[in-house]
Amino acid sequence: MNELSKLSATQVAQPLAAVPALPSLPSLLQGWRTVFVQEMRIAFRRPGHTLAALMFFVMVVSLFPLGVGPEPALLRRMAAGVVWVAALLACMLSLSRLFADDWQDGTLESLLLAAYPLPLLVLAKLAAHWCSSVLLLVLISPVLALQFDLSASATGVLFVSLLLGTPVLSLVGAIGAALTVGLRGAGMLMSLLTLPLLVPVLIFGAGAVDAHQADLGAGAHFSVLCALLLLALVAAPAVVAAALRIAVE
Amino acid sequence: MSAALVLHQVACVRGGRPLFGGLSLQWQPGQLLRVKGANGAGKTSLLRVLCGLLTPADGQVLWRGQPLASQREALGQSLVYLGHAAALKDELSPLENLQLACQLAGRRLAPGPALQALAHAGLRGFERRPVRSLSQGQRRRSALARLELASQAPLWVLDEPFNALDTAAVAWLEQLLHTHLARGGQVALTSHQSDLLAGVAEQVVNL
Repeated sequence: MNELSKLSATQVAQPLAAVPALPSLPSLLQGWRTVFVQEMRIAFRRPGHTLAALMFFVMVVSLFPLGVGPEPALLRRMAAGVVWVAALLACMLSLSRLFADDWQDGTLESLLLAAYPLPLLVLAKLAAHWCSSVLLLVLISPVLALQFDLSASATGVLFVSLLLGTPVLSLVGAIGAALTVGLRGAGMLMSLLTLPLLVPVLIFGAGAVDAHQADLGAGAHFSVLCALLLLALVAAPAVVAAALRIAVE
Repeated sequence: MSAALVLHQVACVRGGRPLFGGLSLQWQPGQLLRVKGANGAGKTSLLRVLCGLLTPADGQVLWRGQPLASQREALGQSLVYLGHAAALKDELSPLENLQLACQLAGRRLAPGPALQALAHAGLRGFERRPVRSLSQGQRRRSALARLELASQAPLWVLDEPFNALDTAAVAWLEQLLHTHLARGGQVALTSHQSDLLAGVAEQVVNL
């Protein structure tokens, strides 16, 4: 117990910093990396949340061919919509805990009081969420597309549309997660708030596959998805940061 | 430029209920700000106002002569805040949590000093265990270990820091706070144990 009362000599000798300088660009990247690595580490040590969203996605997508029956033409027609809706709901499922755990254990306050701009840290957190939870859904989607008799090229289009569209789901969904942090029934409220905002992503994501199957090309749909992604990348972190500050108050 | 944190006619309302109003004070370097009051009087709310987590319903909070809200990132480098919750991630070890807290405050931390700080906090042998396996007191020590490494941050805002600590840990924390105040740091805390930290320059706020 002697160690408890020991203070290091360096600590006693160190003077207080006068006026701290604002973080430089390398320092900002360091802040981003810190949060990203921490979130990925936590996700790997708590795989239950990730696996729950993945299993939900697989089950919902797989139930449709069983329910509709073995009609290849009908399955091909509905494939993109089913996969996209399932991805959207699975994403909502994983987003519902995005800030709730941080709020409960007090680490959300640490983020709000960090020496880095909050939108930057939010972006790191969302990037980690997408990589740890949503990317798996995207990667498994070509396998699930086999159940719908999609051609290889249509499957490729579906994969690219999910790759471009699902980050928007994370970014926009996080706004709802931030606004409802700490509220009872936050998951349901978050879905009600954000699902209407995500309708364009759903339309252009699923529409890309439909357009490809109709030989119209999916380029225009991909362009719109890219535009939505850029817009969400710029706006969502700042909105989420503002929502978190309001929610914590 | 004054390093003092100034509250000018600050009022706080929570859930439609006014907690306090017209509160003015200057929290000077080297000074302990002791916040006293009954349960629900607004002690935690005042601490949250001091570090910018809560916007006052009225009045101004100034730090270095400027509104607090306009210098959040700079404040983040100069502040250590420990609230009711320990701000620890259950999945991470005390060592990882400590490194994370320091990095979020803009300070790089090598494992050596972090391990030393945890040893001083009485957590030798527990540094790499998941926080979820620690007792309540050990979790509190783990959270407080960041104070060992926060000598560069002048503002320490601590909500009931002595809670869940045994006698030895209380003595360790007292010495940390004494040292910080002696080198010109500022400590604001709420505590129901008024006999602690006797003999330091202090300002008492009764809510």
